[in-house]
Amino acid sequence: MGARIERQKNILDYTLAALLRRKRKNAVLVLVYTLIVFLLASVVFFSRSLQREAADLLQGAPEMIVQRQVAGRHELIPLAYLEKIKKIRGVQAARGRLWGYYYDPVVGANYTLLVPESREVAPGTMAVGEGLARLRLSAVGDDIEFRTHDGSLKELKIARIFPAELGLVSSDLVLVAEEDFRGLFGMPRELVTDLAVQVRNPKELPTIAYKIAEALPDTRQILREEILRTYDAVFNWRGGILIAILSGSVLAFILLAWDKASGMSMEERREIGVLKAIGWETADVIQMKCWEGLAISLTAFLPGVLLAYAHVALTSAGLFEPVLKGWAVLYPHFSIKPYLDVSQVAALFFLAVVPYTVATIIPSWRAAIVDPDAVMR
Amino acid sequence: MLFHPTILALYAGSLMVSFLVLYALPPTWQVWRRWDLNSGSEEQLTIERKTYLISTLLAYAFAFELLSLFLYIFTAEQLHTYFVGAMCAAGSLYVNAYGYPTLILRLINFLLVGLWLIVNYVDNRAPDYPLIRKKYLFFLLLAPLILLETALQAGYFLQLKADVITSCCGSLFSTDRTLIPDTPNFLPQFPARVIFYTVMGVTIGWGSYAYRQGRGAVLFSGLSALALLVSVMSIFSFISLYIYELPSHACPFCLLKPEYHYVGYVLYLSLLGGGLTGIGAGILSPFRNITGLAVIIPALQKKLILTALILFVMFAAVVTFQIVRSNLVLS
Amino acid sequence: MIRIVEVKKVFNAGKPNEFAAIQGISLNLEDQKATVLKGPSGSGKTTLLSLIGCMARPTGGRIWLQEREITSLPERFLTEIRRKTFGFVFQQPNLIKGLTALENALLPAYPLGEPYGDIKKRGLRLFDLLDIGPKAQSKVEWLSGGEAQRVTIARALINDPAIIIADEPTAHLDTTRSREFMDILGRLKGEGKTLILSSHDPLVFESPVVDRVIQVRDGRIESETE
Ligand SMILES: Nc1ncnc2c1ncn2[C@@H]1O[C@H](COP(=O)(O)OP(=O)(O)OP(=O)(O)O)[C@@H](O)[C@H]1O
Ligand SMILES: [Mg+2]
Repeated sequence: MGARIERQKNILDYTLAALLRRKRKNAVLVLVYTLIVFLLASVVFFSRSLQREAADLLQGAPEMIVQRQVAGRHELIPLAYLEKIKKIRGVQAARGRLWGYYYDPVVGANYTLLVPESREVAPGTMAVGEGLARLRLSAVGDDIEFRTHDGSLKELKIARIFPAELGLVSSDLVLVAEEDFRGLFGMPRELVTDLAVQVRNPKELPTIAYKIAEALPDTRQILREEILRTYDAVFNWRGGILIAILSGSVLAFILLAWDKASGMSMEERREIGVLKAIGWETADVIQMKCWEGLAISLTAFLPGVLLAYAHVALTSAGLFEPVLKGWAVLYPHFSIKPYLDVSQVAALFFLAVVPYTVATIIPSWRAAIVDPDAVMR
Repeated sequence: MLFHPTILALYAGSLMVSFLVLYALPPTWQVWRRWDLNSGSEEQLTIERKTYLISTLLAYAFAFELLSLFLYIFTAEQLHTYFVGAMCAAGSLYVNAYGYPTLILRLINFLLVGLWLIVNYVDNRAPDYPLIRKKYLFFLLLAPLILLETALQAGYFLQLKADVITSCCGSLFSTDRTLIPDTPNFLPQFPARVIFYTVMGVTIGWGSYAYRQGRGAVLFSGLSALALLVSVMSIFSFISLYIYELPSHACPFCLLKPEYHYVGYVLYLSLLGGGLTGIGAGILSPFRNITGLAVIIPALQKKLILTALILFVMFAAVVTFQIVRSNLVLS
Repeated sequence: MIRIVEVKKVFNAGKPNEFAAIQGISLNLEDQKATVLKGPSGSGKTTLLSLIGCMARPTGGRIWLQEREITSLPERFLTEIRRKTFGFVFQQPNLIKGLTALENALLPAYPLGEPYGDIKKRGLRLFDLLDIGPKAQSKVEWLSGGEAQRVTIARALINDPAIIIADEPTAHLDTTRSREFMDILGRLKGEGKTLILSSHDPLVFESPVVDRVIQVRDGRIESETE
């Protein structure tokens, strides 16, 4: 047992010394390898972070939303529907929500306008997201003009700006009072955008949704779970697409690794010949090559992963932001927290290290089977 | 089909393992057909050198199989949010007909490749490679299973469809699927505990005897396989309940989550390791009488039995600790 | 004792460039004796040495090392035997550049699984015996031909083999260095090592250290002098 460990230690020693002697030769490979790991890890960390972000965000959203549909399109829903919903067993509370989009021709962006549940916004004022404030170059106390449904102008004063940390959705958000909202869009008093429903037991959600659908046949029900799932799918799908695109570079890298491993220099070939002549066995040489691959993989993997972590944590994955967030002009300037777990590292291992290892096994074996008596000639 | 970074990683892993296996097949066939140690020909030398390649390829395949086994469960766990009614990996694997078969085949392949490596290790110790044809035949039979595993896994992922709102129609609470059961519950609680401790006790007891006397490895092998099977079923039927302290959540996968201090890794690694080394000990018995192996095999068997014993004891100890510590009382 | 019976070695068998380098050699080599293989270039000396030294397997015939028949052993076991039984000195020093002289000498011991400290101690002792102690930490690129030669002797001795095989060891040395080399061999023989050399160099086969000279030609033994 001890002898086996000593053997590994000795062979590892030799391998590291040999690698250090050939620093220059392996530098390019390690650099490309690091870059590949960095790109893959950035995608994996980033899409995971967004997914978690969305999940955190929706934590506060209502469990179920009821929308009215007319001719297959979303319509305003009468507040009278609330009464019918509240009568259904298991429904704890239900309320109407007012929200909508406003296109601002000045900056060419869409805002999300929302009337908050609590009456925290006084009429004539609003609270806006950080992205909007940045785009309009406005600060607290400034007025912003809105064009109402009938063409007149309406000014609202910025009372508050949400900090950037609040994340994806709040960036383009505008909170306004109910009066202002209705005035802006000319919405009658008895209508709201949709209804938020709270139930006593989450397990009953599908049943209650079904009952609502029966009682109010012109409505559709959207469960928070489903929105979450959709977010998940969208973010992961984008991550998957990016990785599929990157797989081209991974392939190129594998070819490079294969080429490097099989195109050994004369010097290296001679060294292996000498080792075999003086008593190293084929398995010893394969072992050495195996350590070599591991050493190269580690030197590339750890920095690659750390850099990617920094990339996501410090610059919010500045390189991919446009692709992965995919929001319009208004994408938020917020910092995301990378979530690191074992499965992501394992996934990266399979995406980068395993292909590299596989690409080098066969060349290593070829190198290891030189005739031991080759150096005698 | 879902497009998910970890799914792609699993595809990559499976493809790599399949590649290793496929690459090893022609030389294996050649060894199996043309091996002749008494020949001093260059062909024989070439063939001998190919055995190094095959061993190396399979050793890597083994390592990757172990790692991807856990990644597979992880991925299933992550995917459960996509499916209405799935609470964890147990549910996601039920979503189509390939989920569980892939997992089971993965387990079987892991064990088989491990056994191959044990046999290979022994054979390489005898100067005349007495088992060479047998072990390469074994590999020829094993290879299709690994390829099948790749196919099943691809089937599982390709047929996954998330229950997602599509933007055009805003699909609704998509519960038209039949309910996904949280856990397949195999055994009633009480006899399960008795069976588990009896089988473990007998296995460990017989193992100690076999270790000291240097015989009875075949029976130990059978007992190890039984212990492995019973333990897995026990995790389903009662061990997980004690760990979660929930009488209804009998899931073998949530154990791997951080909430339970990753106790699943300790349990599964010790169990798989114990099963593999235990079964491996008995597999070698028929070859004890081969001249070149008469010394090597008994020595290795002792080591394997000892390893299996340590791992089984560890498994049983962790299980017992979890039961004692648990606030759950099962009637 | 090494017994060689009717050994043949054919290169590229079955191909148009088939070549029989050893065409049936039988020979007994006694322990603790120095034997020199002598013969024109291409006569098969190196090939025969590599067969004896378990570096290659013969195409036909049998070789016994003590009581062990080694002809049908797989490479793995040949290596196993070789690294414990034989020490090799090649025509060229074949040292690995970038490593120190001492590290080069220790290489054959690495895969045997001895703790590095032990090997190193043994290596330093050998360096002292061979009068190259001060050179232990020099990079091999800076060694003179004679020093490099001695490093290879230290490397051949590191696993304490019973038999030293040297293929044209003096080909690259001047007369003085060659004499010194033969002296070292004499000392090793005195310590009980078996020596098997090949050489065209009269300095080698006329040396008093040598017990036996075997003349090889075209893969056969032509004559033998004691
Ligand atoms: N691997 C090989 N393939 C083909 N021919 C070979 C091979 N190795 C050696 N030979 C041939 O075998 C013959 C004997 O070679 P060997 O090296 O044994 O000669 P030698 O007696 O050592 O000659 P020298 O004194 O020049 O070193 C030579 O003709 C050589 O060309
Ligand atoms: Mg020669």
